[in-house]
Amino acid sequence: MQLFDIVFFVFAFITVASAFIVVFSRNIIYSAFSLLFTFFGVAALYVLIQADFLAVTQVLIYVGGILVLMLFGVMLTNKVVNVELKGGTLHSIPALILVAVVAGTLGGIFYSTWKDVPAPATSVATTTTKTLGEMLMTSYLLPFEIASIILLVALMGAAMFARKRTKL
Amino acid sequence: MEKSASEIIQWLPHVGLSHFLIVSAILFALGIYGIATRRNAILVLMGVELVLNAANINFIAFARYGGVNFPAAGGFDGQVAAIFVIILAAAEAAIALAIVLNIYHRFQTVNVDEISHMKE
Repeated sequence: MQLFDIVFFVFAFITVASAFIVVFSRNIIYSAFSLLFTFFGVAALYVLIQADFLAVTQVLIYVGGILVLMLFGVMLTNKVVNVELKGGTLHSIPALILVAVVAGTLGGIFYSTWKDVPAPATSVATTTTKTLGEMLMTSYLLPFEIASIILLVALMGAAMFARKRTKL
Repeated sequence: MEKSASEIIQWLPHVGLSHFLIVSAILFALGIYGIATRRNAILVLMGVELVLNAANINFIAFARYGGVNFPAAGGFDGQVAAIFVIILAAAEAAIALAIVLNIYHRFQTVNVDEISHMKE
């Protein structure tokens, strides 16, 4: 067991355990805060597979953006003073069976198909940022521009949805 | 059975592509469970984020390990795909939160099982 393996298991454990808390916790605030650890754990996994730019992006956008948005949503839509922060569950037994089947199937396929893939011989020596930027500006230019339009439309749509309804 | 168990024990400490894939499968299953069972709409959204993260781990793991069929690929296409997933996740979260806030103003609840009619 090398250092890489130990680090992987530590971060995989953090990720999976906090994801369990997200899904099974009775308190929405606990769920939101353990989602933080899940996102950080996933970012650490990205670092382990040498996607440094994506790891930073993950921390910036998921932790800095989406998670804060979620917390705002929790605060704005629950009566915090009434301590009515319980989130109940619906038909958990069928869902549990379904999810066990899905996870077993996926895990079995992943294990049996790709367990012998050799480790990549060379490691990426430099950062990935330069390569990714060049790819976004050359072969992925059209999706990049479409993504920017989608972000603009989403911004306007969210602002329009969330404001107070006034007579037009 | 004995053989496969010893195989797994041998496989476990040598982290490779399949380890990352199995972590992502667990995250995916947990996200699906959250989507299916939670009553609060925001917790459903958290489940969606878990699923998207699982997909991203898959993209990047395959990009790193080159894939079995494409040894010549530079290994960055998967990372670009992951960037687009993150972009769409951000847009989706903003829109969904706006919708949830609207629902809360109208129905005074965000429990998805109580919001069952489309017209007041």
